[in-house]
Amino acid sequence: MKFLVCISNVPDTTTKIAFTPDNKEFNKAGVQFVINPWDEYALTRAIELKEAQGGGTVTVLNVGEADTEPNIRKALAIGADDAIRVNAAPKDAFFVAQQIANVAKEGAYDVILMGKESIDYNGFQVHGMVGELLGIPTVAPAMKLDMSGNTATLEREIEGGKEIVQVNTPFVASCQQPMCEPRIPNMRGIMTARTKPLKVVEPTGDAPRTAVAEYALPPKKQGVKLIPAENAGELIKLLRNEAKVI
Amino acid sequence: MSVLVVVECDGGEVKKSSLEVASYGSQVAQMLGTTATAVAVGEATEANLAKLGEQGISKVLYDAEPRLKDFVNGAYTKLIAAAAQKEDSKIIVLANSNIGASVGSRLSVRLQASLATNVVELPKTDGGSFVVKRGAFSGKAFADVKLEGERKIIAVKKNSIEALHEAGKTAQVESFSAQLTDADFADAPKQVVMQDQAGGILLPEADKVVSGGRGMKGPENWNLIEDLAKAIGAATACSKPVSDVDWRPHHEHVGQTGITVSPNLYIACGISGAIQHLAGVNSSKVIVVINKDPEAPFFKAADYGIVGDVFDVLPKLTQAVKELS
Repeated sequence: MKFLVCISNVPDTTTKIAFTPDNKEFNKAGVQFVINPWDEYALTRAIELKEAQGGGTVTVLNVGEADTEPNIRKALAIGADDAIRVNAAPKDAFFVAQQIANVAKEGAYDVILMGKESIDYNGFQVHGMVGELLGIPTVAPAMKLDMSGNTATLEREIEGGKEIVQVNTPFVASCQQPMCEPRIPNMRGIMTARTKPLKVVEPTGDAPRTAVAEYALPPKKQGVKLIPAENAGELIKLLRNEAKVI
Repeated sequence: MSVLVVVECDGGEVKKSSLEVASYGSQVAQMLGTTATAVAVGEATEANLAKLGEQGISKVLYDAEPRLKDFVNGAYTKLIAAAAQKEDSKIIVLANSNIGASVGSRLSVRLQASLATNVVELPKTDGGSFVVKRGAFSGKAFADVKLEGERKIIAVKKNSIEALHEAGKTAQVESFSAQLTDADFADAPKQVVMQDQAGGILLPEADKVVSGGRGMKGPENWNLIEDLAKAIGAATACSKPVSDVDWRPHHEHVGQTGITVSPNLYIACGISGAIQHLAGVNSSKVIVVINKDPEAPFFKAADYGIVGDVFDVLPKLTQAVKELS
């Protein structure tokens, strides 16, 4: 079975968010980039399923410029077999979805996995767009994924519960915990990753449909108002009379 | 053309987030000099759908096909696309929920529409452009996004828009069939498992949340969290370490890789405030932190704080709420 795992390259969780002086772009200066934490669930689960099947391949796909390659190598070190990088900045969800759909179609992948959303843009859009472009089912967000032959059984989170869904390959799933315990690379993986194939392809498809006009930071908090523990009941009065939330 | 609003219903009722979506849609319609039509999904009653008039909706389309009671991605997408075609809608508004994101993303490709999710404000339409403000960087920033093209889909973040309540206004409920076939239900769920909700309040829909971390010392102490939650009508939640060790179920985990909430009130009990946790709660309107460690980073993100032992403070708070009412 051929697994395609889509990863994004995102600022590390602890990054202090700042923008270029015109507020049109994220300021990458001095920022450490990581594999999107949600995508780690997709990657590890694909590797686990491949191992359980005793065959098949896991291909990792990233839409990004050359500076994303360290994290693509990291994904290879975690256990993917080969990688494809579409050589373009990820302009918007639709643009990225077209690149993924194109690679998926050419490679005839059976299972296309990605994280629920990226922690930078928080779009939660790409899964459905890829599914629709390819005319195949999407399951989002998936908390559990098991395969039996060509049939996948998934748990999809819905507000207030979950649905048990069965789909046949090919399909798209956007993954979240508790699907698996994401793996970290070991020394052997890091060594072998250096020589695994990483193919670079040029983007195709239509123009993006959205553009960021401006980024802004949220207004600063006023600072915390502390209430002495022995007077805890006072907090409830403040929440009612001052903050007006209860 | 009217603005099309997707309202999600459950157990006959329109979800709170969909009342917000309906209010958003009707205000956009007003800006554009048109009307707002809703298409309802899930289990609804005609009386509750008619009440969407209070949110400014003029007409509600409802397909009574029983298999639409549960979320089916293929069927919902086709139903909404058909409703958009019938109403000649250029703008579709839905909730930024799991259903809204699943359907909205597919629809954007099918209808060749631009899509913005996680939207927190009404659009700005100066000079012919259409710009919406959305949350980005896990609550650490906002982005003004320009939506191109003739058709646009907007997924509205929960608890960002005040629901309208114009008492006495009713919407006309019209039965509607999207001519769904068995093939549209191919990805129907085999089974739907609903959670046992403490106090009956769904975490993603809640406007108040009481949340516990490792400082609660064990699942046996959660009655303190539940008592306060019940007293103020809040949902309960927890931090990632708590769900990782199974003190609480995963669906209560708020944080970067869990649920993102933006309630009016978030009370954090014994949670230090790791950056991953803040990513899930930092758009809450009022944050209260109770922690015995005055250096806990969460205090920096809080509006109100109590430096003290949760086992001492929580019962006092619950008692104080009871004395108010």
